[in-house]
Amino acid sequence: MLTKRIIPCLDVTGGRVVKGVQFLELRDAGDPVEIAEMYDQQGADELTFLDITASSDGRDTMVDVVRKTAERVFMPLTVGGGIRTVDDIRRMLNAGADKVSINTAAVFNPDFVREAAERFGSQCTVVAIDARQVPGEQRWEVYTHGGRKPTGIDAVEWAGRMESFGAGEILLTSMDRDGTKDGYDIPLTRAIVDAVSVPVIASGGVGTLEHLYDGFTAAGASACLAASIFHFRQHTVREAKEYLRAKGVNVRL
Amino acid sequence: MIAIIDYGMGNLRSVQKGFEKVGFAAVVTADPKVVLEAERIVLPGVGAFRDCMRNLETGGFVEPILRVIREGRPFLGICLGLQLLFTESEEFGSHQGLDVIPGRVVRFPDGMSASGEKLPVPHMGWNQLSFHCQSPVFAGIDEGTNVYFVHSYYVRPEDAAVVATTTGYGIEFCSAICKDNLVATQFHPEKSQEKGLQILKNFGAMS
Repeated sequence: MLTKRIIPCLDVTGGRVVKGVQFLELRDAGDPVEIAEMYDQQGADELTFLDITASSDGRDTMVDVVRKTAERVFMPLTVGGGIRTVDDIRRMLNAGADKVSINTAAVFNPDFVREAAERFGSQCTVVAIDARQVPGEQRWEVYTHGGRKPTGIDAVEWAGRMESFGAGEILLTSMDRDGTKDGYDIPLTRAIVDAVSVPVIASGGVGTLEHLYDGFTAAGASACLAASIFHFRQHTVREAKEYLRAKGVNVRL
Repeated sequence: MIAIIDYGMGNLRSVQKGFEKVGFAAVVTADPKVVLEAERIVLPGVGAFRDCMRNLETGGFVEPILRVIREGRPFLGICLGLQLLFTESEEFGSHQGLDVIPGRVVRFPDGMSASGEKLPVPHMGWNQLSFHCQSPVFAGIDEGTNVYFVHSYYVRPEDAAVVATTTGYGIEFCSAICKDNLVATQFHPEKSQEKGLQILKNFGAMS
């Protein structure tokens, strides 16, 4: 039986892992390769690196981080942030990444997702969706540029469209919850899980282990992404999994 | 020396680094002559079956692969490198494979579910191995070991004797085959942490 995945997310800029609240107040959380090794030892199921630098120099640094990590840890690595061309994808895969996550570029050029899936396979084509609830409605809108720019696109429809373009997985972040520690946006996540047949990764808002449990059960996510509860040693990945297993969630220990 | 066949499909660096980590030198090569000279051969691969097969053909790898398998040199297929060994695949129409193992490559059925939740496709993540035969390549790997999968198609060999392991995902599917020195896995040993590295180490020591 397929186990539910716990994915620590490392936001990287200038070759360092950082963590902020809704993309502000960045705090240094350490060296990415060392942190990746720590999560590997704790039994993380995958790792996601998110390049939060927009510049092209930043991207070279990111390739280097991926290359060094892939020499030391033997688990699936996803890289997101600034992936805009087929060449960006090839560089990341050649460096040792298994999947890339495409966000803003998918909104501006949906055919890029199709091209990526045809060229490299759906298994490595993750589409990241940043969504915010439309005030007062059970509806969510897709945002780009790190959650700053609204697009007018309905998040549930968009997820289905991205699946039809070849996305092999959806990384769904609630921009309302990101950094708040109030828990995942369960209605949003459930709506997307029900709308697509590819795996959905829940992201944004984890503050307690119970939030992970809700992400898997109430929202039905295949994987839960979390950053700060792991980076600042509030919990280890192993503790999270032991908690989930005790509550009946099928996880790998 | 281990030769990892580079035909432009996927993350080969992790396979190479995995072998290095467990003490075996491995080269990534796009030269069929290097494949013919290698003691052990690895055929990795991700992407679409049709494109992979086409690249093997244009790269001049088909004959060398068939020859090293026929000669009984240790050969490891990973993911698409397992599927390519089969007679044909139904991915994007019907496409002929290397036909070393009689059988077909088919997609997971639509609408699978378990415990009231639908089962997404691709089958992505960590799932367990159930063993059906002994092979030195799986020495030290226990029943129920979790390994990492990412695929939407699976293999259906005609001869059940080649099935080394099965895994459950809506259906029970063949997750590895072995036949003499030919071994191939649907999962990714190079992404399966220490258990996966153990499999690479076992392969490096196979004779």
